[in-house]
Amino acid sequence: MDLSYGEELEGYRDEVAKFLNASWPLKGDEAKLGWEEQAVRFRERAIEGGFLCRNIPKQYGGSEQEPDVLKAQIIREEFGKAHAPMEPRGIGTMMLVPTLLERGSEWQKEKFVPATIRGDLAWCQGYSEPGSGSDLASLKTRGELVNGEWVINGQKIWTSGAQSADYMFILVRTEPEAPKHAGISYLLVDMKQPGIDVRPLRQMTGGADFCEVFLTDVKTPEDWIVGKRGEGWLVSRTTLKHERNSIGSTQQTRALFSGLVQLAKERNIDGKPAIQNADIRQRLAALEGYVKAHQYAGYRTLTKDAKGESPGTITMMNKIISTNIGHDIARLAIDLLGEDGLLDAGGSGMAAMMSGGHERWISHYMYSLGIAVAGGTANIQRNVIGERGLGLPRDAAAERSSK
Amino acid sequence: MNFDLSEEQEMLQETVRQFLDNECPATTLREIFDGEVGFDPALWKGMAEMGLAGLHLPEEYGGAGLEVLDLALVSETLGYMAAPGPFLGHALAGLAIACGGSDAQKSKWLPKLATGDALATVALAEEGGAWLPDQWSVPAGASLSGSKKHVIFADHADLIVVGTAGGGLALVERDAKGLEIKPIDSADRTRRLCEVILADTPAEALPDGEVAATRLRDAALVLLAADAFGGATRLVEMSVEYAKTREQFGVTIGHFQALKHQLANMAVEIEPSRGLYWYAAHALDHVRDEAERTAAIAKAHITDRYMQIARDAVEAHGGIGFTWECDVQIWFKRAMFDRAFLGNPALHRERAATMAGW
Repeated sequence: MDLSYGEELEGYRDEVAKFLNASWPLKGDEAKLGWEEQAVRFRERAIEGGFLCRNIPKQYGGSEQEPDVLKAQIIREEFGKAHAPMEPRGIGTMMLVPTLLERGSEWQKEKFVPATIRGDLAWCQGYSEPGSGSDLASLKTRGELVNGEWVINGQKIWTSGAQSADYMFILVRTEPEAPKHAGISYLLVDMKQPGIDVRPLRQMTGGADFCEVFLTDVKTPEDWIVGKRGEGWLVSRTTLKHERNSIGSTQQTRALFSGLVQLAKERNIDGKPAIQNADIRQRLAALEGYVKAHQYAGYRTLTKDAKGESPGTITMMNKIISTNIGHDIARLAIDLLGEDGLLDAGGSGMAAMMSGGHERWISHYMYSLGIAVAGGTANIQRNVIGERGLGLPRDAAAERSSK
Repeated sequence: MNFDLSEEQEMLQETVRQFLDNECPATTLREIFDGEVGFDPALWKGMAEMGLAGLHLPEEYGGAGLEVLDLALVSETLGYMAAPGPFLGHALAGLAIACGGSDAQKSKWLPKLATGDALATVALAEEGGAWLPDQWSVPAGASLSGSKKHVIFADHADLIVVGTAGGGLALVERDAKGLEIKPIDSADRTRRLCEVILADTPAEALPDGEVAATRLRDAALVLLAADAFGGATRLVEMSVEYAKTREQFGVTIGHFQALKHQLANMAVEIEPSRGLYWYAAHALDHVRDEAERTAAIAKAHITDRYMQIARDAVEAHGGIGFTWECDVQIWFKRAMFDRAFLGNPALHRERAATMAGW
């Protein structure tokens, strides 16, 4: 058992640090450019150096490195320390690019992968519908092939970033006669066309991160399909062998927890710092048990990934674990805020009343609920853990409806 | 970066498990649990022959020279199997002597402890939940007077390592004058407890007793956490197995989401904490400045999880789960032991808070 990276990898860390030292932030005239433009130029150099887009072939703009989860972790750590840009975030790089690399046709890869990883193209994901949430495969949006192009009619919902996306990857029903999972196709759609009506949804936090998207006779060329007709369900579940970031969420959780401890030092209960209150101390220390367990589970997963062994059921649990911890941290934070928890985080509410940025905890209190739902509700995660992890039988209704 | 067990460590766990599968199957476990003594000398002898009695003792004294992590891995497996016997007290006593004993004390006791020819235990708690070294009040000296609570299998021990005022440790031998041992009716019948009463009883202090006592405390917390991880993991498996076989409404009850989610929650509560006890054990030998606090957090966290999972496991088994004949009760009571022995989670959370400077 050894939590150090060892000599060879520490040598690699020096190499990464040396590159960053020379390359970020940009110097000379380039330093005057806007952040986005600087990031684009920096990423090109980082790809050339083999530090970014490591699992993407060179011909599609990547750096095509041997998969190595430990090197990937070192890169994240060093780039984090230097505040250097990583790959553009977003559903395009996270979801679409791996799918295209595995299942896309040659022209699709050439057209979309390089532009997406450069950050030139923004994508949104057209999966959920008003009547199809946890039972996604029951989706009803239709796609019909008419005169050599797909004509799409229906409605998508919870579509993050639809306001600003250039393209959407969408699941539509193209084979209405087939059993439900076999009737779906995976299409790519240009968002800048008539027939697409994007309406942002206002969240309980007041912001609008996601939208409803209404599609009326929306068109896309016949060959903008990924995989074959009726294979969309499988295509959407494509996962690529990649350098899983198994300790990313544990680092976020630890940062959130230190913020909470700081908050407890700054707030008062009965005229004394809250951190001296016996109940608060108990709750903080109890939470730290979860935070630390999550942290070491992450190290174990990282080690197993590096050895090419299966980490086991823990990989199915990470979302629910970080969600649970996020809830508990938010709950304790709101108790520490006391009467200030009556205020709204923005506008004339808490942001106006308070200094020190404590209003972020009000937002976090609500956002932690959004995270419990997004990308598969906690109850769906429990089904996955129960069925695939513990080997329990499938839910009877789900079993019937998939036939 | 290698946060995983070695092949030897995995093999150690597998060997112990196979041994217990053969030598202490469910029927034997129930007999020992129900029996007068709660202790099977042949089973302990077998474990000692495998090297478990001296796993962590120095090789020069006949031990295997391994680390607290290896002890903890054995503890996990014993917890998983609910193995009855004196492992915990014996391991801690040997650890204390190896750490704080004089050469003469080590030469006299460690070889016998390593082979299991002599059995040792530790006497820590005093009246009112005074578990920790700084709470001990039995005055140190050439003879000891006072009372110690919750001493594991003291009635079978040849040697008792006794905590004394000022946080030191002293050795008391089985036939010492004025030593009285009263077995008490323990909930966990796999690790029975005694009260030890000392009346001007001859004792021999460990020269480095204070250092040894803190190491003993931290190692004990880690071994309890490891036992709790193993036991909780087993309870999840037993509950899942029951859900796959018990039928109601014409299907196995594992089909029902209410139960499926409860079982998933149990697994989510315990599975991540494997690494927490590994690290706490590892820290005791390699990351000294984190060891004390990590041990406190691991014990508080994992024994709390074990207790809740034990309650959930009873519920998941329905009516049968509440009966004496259902094995869940054996693990349930081990959970009660792991949680309460050396102090409840609240005690160790407060210690962790203080150590963090909160």
